[in-house]
Amino acid sequence: MDPVQDLIKNLASQHGRNRTNLLPILQGVVEQEKYLSEHSMIEIARELDMPAADVYGTATFYSFLEYQKMGTYIIRVCKTITCSMKGKNQILLTIENMLKIGMGETTPDGKFSLLQTNCLGWCHKAPAMLINNEVYTELTPESVRDILTQYLKK
Amino acid sequence: MVAATYQLKRADFIFKNDNDWKKILDKSLKKPSQELINELMSSELKGRGGAGFPTGLKWKLTAEYRSDKKYVICNADEGEPGTFKDREILSEVPYKVLTAMAVCAHVVGSQEGFIYLRGEYKFLAPELTKVIGEFEHYCKEAGLNFSVKIFLGSGAYICGEETALFESMEGKRGEPRNKPPYPTSFGYLGKATVVNNVETLAHAFTIFKYGAKKFYDLGVQYSRGSKLFSVSGDTPKPGIYELELGMSLQDFVAEFGDGDTKAVQVGGASGFLVPRKRFEKTTIGYRGKLTGISLPTGGSMMLFNSSRSMYNVLDNYLDFFREESCGQCTPCRVGCQQLHSGIKAVKRGEKPAQYLNKLLKLTETMQLTAKCGLGQSVANSFSSIVENFREEMIY
Repeated sequence: MDPVQDLIKNLASQHGRNRTNLLPILQGVVEQEKYLSEHSMIEIARELDMPAADVYGTATFYSFLEYQKMGTYIIRVCKTITCSMKGKNQILLTIENMLKIGMGETTPDGKFSLLQTNCLGWCHKAPAMLINNEVYTELTPESVRDILTQYLKK
Repeated sequence: MVAATYQLKRADFIFKNDNDWKKILDKSLKKPSQELINELMSSELKGRGGAGFPTGLKWKLTAEYRSDKKYVICNADEGEPGTFKDREILSEVPYKVLTAMAVCAHVVGSQEGFIYLRGEYKFLAPELTKVIGEFEHYCKEAGLNFSVKIFLGSGAYICGEETALFESMEGKRGEPRNKPPYPTSFGYLGKATVVNNVETLAHAFTIFKYGAKKFYDLGVQYSRGSKLFSVSGDTPKPGIYELELGMSLQDFVAEFGDGDTKAVQVGGASGFLVPRKRFEKTTIGYRGKLTGISLPTGGSMMLFNSSRSMYNVLDNYLDFFREESCGQCTPCRVGCQQLHSGIKAVKRGEKPAQYLNKLLKLTETMQLTAKCGLGQSVANSFSSIVENFREEMIY
């Protein structure tokens, strides 16, 4: 059995095989695989005994459920109003220069992907970003460089 | 009470932690449903997520509805731009929220509760899971059969709309349902469900602790109690503040402005932009028969000073709505796209200034025909910005 099948079976046993467990299972696959491949979605459909089209429909609705291969670390920079006012563009530029990738791209080594996202709920400490589930706030170009340097060492 | 004479009044209930939740839970569980409902109704607590539905009535309707299963859901899908209070409540005083959920379960007759936590707040989940474990253990000791699970969202603003939230929990696309039927009779999995915002539950705890009168005595007519405000933007002191409802925007700006405040966005991107000349006549609270204009808010207060372009602000909001529209109903899906490309076309001179009137007309249509609050409320920020800062849209 391929590892994705294994993962899906485990997730289904852990959460349950009802449609109400679909989102936690999709989230589990994204956590591990960094995205939902067509293969994963078909396997999930099989495991939950539901149409693959419904799995696809649900998966593609949510912005945190990626269906294109992403890097190990997904950087999501908040682009909503307060972060935008407090220097989001400078933060983006710093990341783009440092990692040599543009918006929506992944580094060739598959380590980082750069995305923008809507309000993260840290407007009082803008600008903010997420790297996977970690929150970073009150960013400056300097602090972003420090943070990324730490990740580059990982 | 006349709004213009009202001063800013601070309150300190939500984050004051006496760690007495067990006592409050025990005390409340001994009371009959009707007494607890009466307590909530007489406090006049209204939903703190922004919609302002009377909380006591919501519990009452669910309690009265016959259903083999009922659910209690805490809505922690805090996605409105400029709001961040629920995150703070869940990390500082989660026991208050859980206690109110358990009391709600006792009142309506439910055994299962959920916290719908937005994916952006996933970092809260480990600590919250621990707290829930301890809480459930105590409930068992207290003889209450009630469990709480965290359901994580995955980055969709619309899932904060209660029926979209159910759809999402049911493993579907987060597309709002038609209402009626309302959640009080047909909610999660088609069962009667109470959905309350995080802050609403925290206030319910205050009411069960101190009694309805203490809460009712705060605020003004139709807008009772205190409220958390998430203050951000051009302000020297961004943060979360608990204030009594009914203050005038003038007083608010005097306290939080940077001396150069041009406008305040009340209620996030789906709320209203108030220009300086209207500060005095605008109060913050629920709609009632107060003199002047009373604006509701889920707590989002964003200040803009004179260095900000209102065109950029509106462009940012429309970009947000365009992305977050679930896409199922045409007025909202196409409306958001047309509004966004429309203001760009006017700015670039590709469309005449009068085109803005057409767009305003479009927001009226969206307000009347969109299926849910998202599409209906785009008109709020659009018209309040375009009407007050028309020249900034054009030049």
